[in-house]
Amino acid sequence: MRLKCPLCGDRDAREFHYRGAAKLMERPEAGAGEAAFYDYVYLRENPVGANSELWFHELGCRAWLCVSRDVSSHEILSVELADAVKRGQA
Amino acid sequence: MEKMRYSGFQVLLNGLTGNKGWRPMWRDPTPKSEYDVVIIGGGGHGLATAYYLARKYAITNVAVLERGYLGGGNVGRNTTIVRANYMLEGSSQFYSHSLKLWEGLERELNYNTMLSQRGCLMLGHSDGQMDALARRGNMMRMQGDDAELWGRDETRRHVPYLDFDNARFPIKGGLMHWRGGTARHDAVAWGYARGADRRGVDLIQNCEVTGFRIERGRVLGVETSRGFIGAGKVGVSVAGRSSQVAAMAGLRLPIESHVLQAFVTEGLKPVIDNVISFGMGHFYISQSDKGGLVFGGDLDGYNSYAQRGNLPMAEHVAEAGMALMPMIGKARVLRSWGGIMDMSMGLAHYRQNRH
Amino acid sequence: MSRLAKGGLIARDRPVRFRFDGRELTGFEGDTLASALLAHDVRLVGRSFKYHRPRGILCAGSEEPNALVKIGEGGASTPNIRATTQEIYQGLIAHSQNRFPSLRFDLMAVNDLMAPFFSAGFYYKTFMWPAAFWERFYEPMIRRAAGLGALSGAPDLARYDKGFAYCDLLIIGAGPAGLMAALAAGRAGLDVLVADEDFEAGGRLNSETLELDGAPARDWLTTTLAELSSMENVRLMTRTTVTGAYDGGIYGAVERVSHHLGDAPDAVPLEVFWRITARRVILASGAIERPIAFADNDRPGIMMASAVRSYVNRFAVAPGRDVSIFTNNDEGLRTARDLVAAGIGVVAVIDTRADVAADDEFLHLRGAEVIATKGRLGLREITVRASEQTRGQTRGQIQRIKTDCLVVSGGWNPSVHLSCHLGARPVWREDIAAFIAARGAVPGMVVAGAACGEMSAGAALGSGLAAAKTVMAALGGKVARLRAPKAGEEGVKISAFWHVRGGKGRAWLDFSNDVTVKDVALAHRENFRSVEHMKRYTTLGMAPDQGKLANMGALAVMADLTGRSVPETGTTTFRPPYTPVSMGVLGAHGRGVDFAPVRRVPSHELARELGAEMVEAGLWMRPAWYPRAGESHWRQSCDREALMVRQRVGISDVTSLGKIDVQGPDAAVFLDRVYANMISTLKVGRVRYAVMLREDGMVLDDGTVARFGARHFVVTTTTAAAGEVLRHLDFCAQVLWPDLDVMFTSVTEQWAQFAVAGPKSRELMSALCDAEITDEAFAFMGCGEVRLGSLVARLFRISFSGERAYEIAVPAEYGDGLVRLLDQEAARLGGGWYGMEALNVLRLEKGYVTHAELDGRVTADDVGLGAMVSAKKDCVGKVMSQREGLVCAERLQLVGLKPAGASKQLLGGAHLFNLGDEPVRQNDQGHITSQCFSPHLGHPIAQAMVLRGRSRIGETVRMVDHLREVQTLCEICSPVFIDPDGGRLRG
Repeated sequence: MRLKCPLCGDRDAREFHYRGAAKLMERPEAGAGEAAFYDYVYLRENPVGANSELWFHELGCRAWLCVSRDVSSHEILSVELADAVKRGQA
Repeated sequence: MEKMRYSGFQVLLNGLTGNKGWRPMWRDPTPKSEYDVVIIGGGGHGLATAYYLARKYAITNVAVLERGYLGGGNVGRNTTIVRANYMLEGSSQFYSHSLKLWEGLERELNYNTMLSQRGCLMLGHSDGQMDALARRGNMMRMQGDDAELWGRDETRRHVPYLDFDNARFPIKGGLMHWRGGTARHDAVAWGYARGADRRGVDLIQNCEVTGFRIERGRVLGVETSRGFIGAGKVGVSVAGRSSQVAAMAGLRLPIESHVLQAFVTEGLKPVIDNVISFGMGHFYISQSDKGGLVFGGDLDGYNSYAQRGNLPMAEHVAEAGMALMPMIGKARVLRSWGGIMDMSMGLAHYRQNRH
Repeated sequence: MSRLAKGGLIARDRPVRFRFDGRELTGFEGDTLASALLAHDVRLVGRSFKYHRPRGILCAGSEEPNALVKIGEGGASTPNIRATTQEIYQGLIAHSQNRFPSLRFDLMAVNDLMAPFFSAGFYYKTFMWPAAFWERFYEPMIRRAAGLGALSGAPDLARYDKGFAYCDLLIIGAGPAGLMAALAAGRAGLDVLVADEDFEAGGRLNSETLELDGAPARDWLTTTLAELSSMENVRLMTRTTVTGAYDGGIYGAVERVSHHLGDAPDAVPLEVFWRITARRVILASGAIERPIAFADNDRPGIMMASAVRSYVNRFAVAPGRDVSIFTNNDEGLRTARDLVAAGIGVVAVIDTRADVAADDEFLHLRGAEVIATKGRLGLREITVRASEQTRGQTRGQIQRIKTDCLVVSGGWNPSVHLSCHLGARPVWREDIAAFIAARGAVPGMVVAGAACGEMSAGAALGSGLAAAKTVMAALGGKVARLRAPKAGEEGVKISAFWHVRGGKGRAWLDFSNDVTVKDVALAHRENFRSVEHMKRYTTLGMAPDQGKLANMGALAVMADLTGRSVPETGTTTFRPPYTPVSMGVLGAHGRGVDFAPVRRVPSHELARELGAEMVEAGLWMRPAWYPRAGESHWRQSCDREALMVRQRVGISDVTSLGKIDVQGPDAAVFLDRVYANMISTLKVGRVRYAVMLREDGMVLDDGTVARFGARHFVVTTTTAAAGEVLRHLDFCAQVLWPDLDVMFTSVTEQWAQFAVAGPKSRELMSALCDAEITDEAFAFMGCGEVRLGSLVARLFRISFSGERAYEIAVPAEYGDGLVRLLDQEAARLGGGWYGMEALNVLRLEKGYVTHAELDGRVTADDVGLGAMVSAKKDCVGKVMSQREGLVCAERLQLVGLKPAGASKQLLGGAHLFNLGDEPVRQNDQGHITSQCFSPHLGHPIAQAMVLRGRSRIGETVRMVDHLREVQTLCEICSPVFIDPDGGRLRG
């Protein structure tokens, strides 16, 4: 696989570390309670098809990336900087 | 249908008469409108569940619904290792019981699953890893399974072809579990299928479940590509598709699906006797009865339903193999494939004992 | 000798001597081992896998299922090499395989007589009684009989390498379609890489008597190759097999760099594994001719038609003297004409087609089939049955034909493999009765030539050009004015004919794995009817050729039996690699120390000078102990070093601990959120021990946080977790809280850092630094800058030993200098270096934890650090760490252990039980995580995780180690064995 890092360009996936679902961006507030955190830490949609996920350009610019990827074909649909996505939400 | 018993005599008899007398391993029944139990997924666990329901509990009004062909799940795409060398609560007892089932399975099923208890050796590469192996081995012994802790010299005596001195992570010793080994993966699926079929279980291939019919919180049956099938109880055994099937029933699971690659080389005369795993490099290997070296390593590391992996992990696994046993350099990889592992999120957090 | 007097692409002026099974033979440069053997009439070259049937050369390419040999001798030998692809070189030594005692007389051939009992899957039905016999008797017997070649057992010392390559266009296959595409793309200026598995580019142009633009095809080939090699933007790689297609336009390829050289220079690798990243790919991999199944169709002397044309035209070898041909398409007559042109006698062309025009040049038997063959070690005779009434034959008429070579053509299977590696299924084309690659099967891949069903050279050339134009349209290259050369008409009229019905004897489908039509019929009878069941039950297609020859024929047999069509029956999955790839090359640079990079600490050189034993800590090499004169056992050194720290002063290299520099206005807030304890209240010039949790509530790592300014912190991590912690901090900063203004980076390599511990540590530090190190300036857990001449260093008053201790950090380039100063000063004070072993003793005596305890399954409270989780703020993992199951009393808690019985031995990994309890799982009370001998206390000590441990201080428990057969009593105690109130620490 290859990922197009918004900062470094097209790079081999071996430069990246995979973390998991992009839902990890939405950490519950401290007071949200255990159920909310259980959902955040453990429960996953785990879809077939497009999956929003987090990758880390560990052997490159150290940017966390928000990647949309088809988990059936491994086709990369989009790559964005995670902090930009997060700020956009704020 | 008359039940046929397999034996050396039958093989001889049929050989003399042109092998015309063999009968189908299982029927291809038309699904009934309703069953006491419907099991979704005709892989190893689905077929075993059906078999034990019928044999141990006399529940025979059972259907196994399989989207593709029987035994086509992970039971048909693994590296055939059978073992009870787990340590943690839950999995440890599960595998312990499972290995005991294996040990009587061939006679019980009247089908040779080629269980070969050649021993599983886990290698340790630091004092810390040796302590962790000791903790594990003691736990295995405490629940009645076998384990031996080998030092470096004893390990070298048994597997002299490992690179003890030059490897980046020298070998300090290992934990040997002699009752572990390999089995013919397809055979266990087929053996369970035949056993379940003979006891009246309907094995229905090419039948995809498309939804559940649920009323007032109770499941009434499943919608399938071959129509609605009523069910008193529904079992789900669909590794690699668990999240999707559960979602049809409105459940969300603590699971991510990952791809795990496996590899086999061309056939070679016997050279590796045991199952050997190299903890430091994520590599394990055994040699099949046909002579192929069967090996694998770690997950590719990303979610996938594609049943295939990529080069970085394939290369890493081969590099670890060369680090551990450089005598396999001239063996050639014949085929690589991928299975889908439904990984619990807890496991994703698990990490190796380290320094 | 069967070498033809003229023709071929061999260098007749360059003879090459080689040996096969001890026999000295001579070929020419340009020969493969197979062609050179055929030139000497060597027809028997191997034994089959299961029945040990005598086998000969069937093909002329990598798909060869029979002619697998061992090349070389002793430790450097290579098994299972296809004689059809191995070039000969001076002194090559080849041996046949899978036979005992000899190739001509193989005792295991008795299996062939037993064949009726060795039908598909017979082993599932027997060998079950008596139970113990499977592993003791049957299985060892099967294992010895199975396998083909043998590994030497010696370490493979060959040189292997890996490479990355990038191109606009990767062309797979340098036959007519591939070369035409390369010419067009090359002229358009694209960066082109052409890979071909053969050692000569040209594909079938080298093996056929074709004309292009009215001249021999070789002329066009020579001109084209010359032009391509003159282009800087085109790289033609021969002996290079593209083995797999992967995601993102990445392809794996093996280049066999020196298999054809008997004596390669040391620097030249045997093979190179290429990772090729291509923007576009043209798959021009050609097609593989398929056999026809008939009784005893596996005898030496029976060969594929395309292979025969190769041997005649390219290698100038006659495969026989009286050749017969069995075909269902036009390749049969084409082969007959080539044979006659080369002066080889054609005794008959047996054509399954009744409706084809008769060729009067030969005995052309139309509507006929081969139903039997004779000749155990080499073909002598075939039996032909006319199934239709044609030209003087009556239906069913049988005739015997003396022949020493039977040429077979069953049509072609396009090599679609690489187009299917990403999961696509090929599509059926009825007119050629074959599967071709599906459109769009692999993103960026265009299929050309025979691989997409364009079977004639003319059509292949045209399709190669068209494919290049498609690629250029996408990549924006300029299309040169170029036309494909005109080829003569060559039809490939084919009738789908797969196997001869009703013959006696076994008809082979899979030569490699010895699978016959009867085996497929048996699979059908036993309801193994899906293609996957058939494959797995009969093992068809699972052998070294992966069914390249066998699969289609078997599908057709199964389709016949089930009444379905071939496309309805479907195919099994195509998987990488296309041809087998050696472990050596896929794992290149894995052997020996190359497996992982080595990181060395700044004191590495001095440690070596002092004779220290080194130990791996992750990628780092750290000194484990420093033996002195008279010390023969590591414990002697370790005990001395530990006591030296307790009594005087010791120095240790702690550079490998992760160091992260954290700066910014929100640095304190950020650290409050990632550490469990409060960081923002830390004063400048102070250090705090801190614990980091994972979001699930378990301990991620521990370390220290030092504050150098209001907005400036330096945090440390454990050696092993340094990368993981940095990644986690980046995650928190970018993914969770990008609004925080904080920056950080790893400075592990930038600072050399040393621990100086012991009662005399202050004296040592004062001697080292310009100014005296006072307790006022550097109280316990203080930090700040100090000067060593012009050098500014960082000093931390922290301890991992329980003694008064400092850690001093200098820019890495001064590391070795400081090392030598420290060494001198310590020696002056009666101290010296201590290694990892003593460090572990010191930390255990003081009750500090490492990753032996923090194994990813413990909470802060489990290891006695619960109080560090601040109640005043949120942090990663806080909510989940308060889950019911994690705060209940029934958990394993960290305690100390000391011996209480006669045996003093404590063992890591041993389990603990209440006195009087059976040492079984249900009674497990915990286990020892770390242990050592404490020279300070004079007895062994340990840390253990014990059920409700903290409430059981003073209890006696039994330690049982089943593995090492050791039992002893021990007392649960505080994990802090020395200085519980910290007097030594504070000084």
